[in-house]
Amino acid sequence: MIQRLFAGGLVAGFAAGLFSALLHFAFIQELILLGEKYETGELVHFEAGATTAQSEGHSEAAGTDESHEHDVGEASEDSALSRNAKTVLFTGLIYAGYGLLLVAGFAAAEQFGRKVGPREGVLWGIAGFVALQLAPAMGLAPELPGTAAADLDARQVWWLATVLATGGGIALLAYGRGVIGYVIAGALLAAPHVVGAPHLDQYFGVAPSELGAEFASRVLGVGLVSWAVLGWLCARAWNSGQS
Amino acid sequence: MNAMTQTAAKTGTALASIVFAALVGATVIFFAGHAQSATLHDAAHDMRHATGFPCH
Repeated sequence: MIQRLFAGGLVAGFAAGLFSALLHFAFIQELILLGEKYETGELVHFEAGATTAQSEGHSEAAGTDESHEHDVGEASEDSALSRNAKTVLFTGLIYAGYGLLLVAGFAAAEQFGRKVGPREGVLWGIAGFVALQLAPAMGLAPELPGTAAADLDARQVWWLATVLATGGGIALLAYGRGVIGYVIAGALLAAPHVVGAPHLDQYFGVAPSELGAEFASRVLGVGLVSWAVLGWLCARAWNSGQS
Repeated sequence: MNAMTQTAAKTGTALASIVFAALVGATVIFFAGHAQSATLHDAAHDMRHATGFPCH
């Protein structure tokens, strides 16, 4: 069983991650790079943006030296290549992690006599997307680089609590029995948003709000498709490994 | 009786495997998504922004 879990979760998850990385470069990366131009002050959106533009540095956003344009061009090409390679690797890794969680869920469902085929797998994937991306995004919108936000620890705690509560709520909705189950599910789904995510009192964004909105929409769209593919691939791998 | 013990042992192994796989999955997600070491943060930076993790 352990082999089946790992073969299904890791391999199918990593494959879904590679697909997600493809979508990342088609839809998201250009917005991250544009956001960083506002973050470093290379581009300025209205005068107000200029004062806070240098607030938070990123190692990737090194300054350029005009006099060595050619060398710098080559160097930045290299660093862009290595940066993108890391993005592909880590997108594969994170989806491998998601895949393991999903397949563990499939195995647990099977213990209760519920078989998860590829069709149900897609639904599981979409539920995973809601628990791990959509619900947290309702409190903490996906951040374009350069966005100032509340204390990181507080946000991570809220993120984790939201993921757990939403995941538990969806599982109860799907597999729970009786009215009490649905009431608890509703309470779990609502609780993180009643408590509310940690936010700053003011807005410090230096990038145009249109850019931030487009970024958040694309992140969620890419996430939905990637998770649906992840669920389908994991369920196929899980069932093909059945002895 | 023997068959029941075997079934119980099988369920126990299955449960341990499920919990182990879920823990490994959660650990991978923690390191790729949340761990704050500078190297990990820089390498995972674009992915974290693109999957909605609180990044920095």
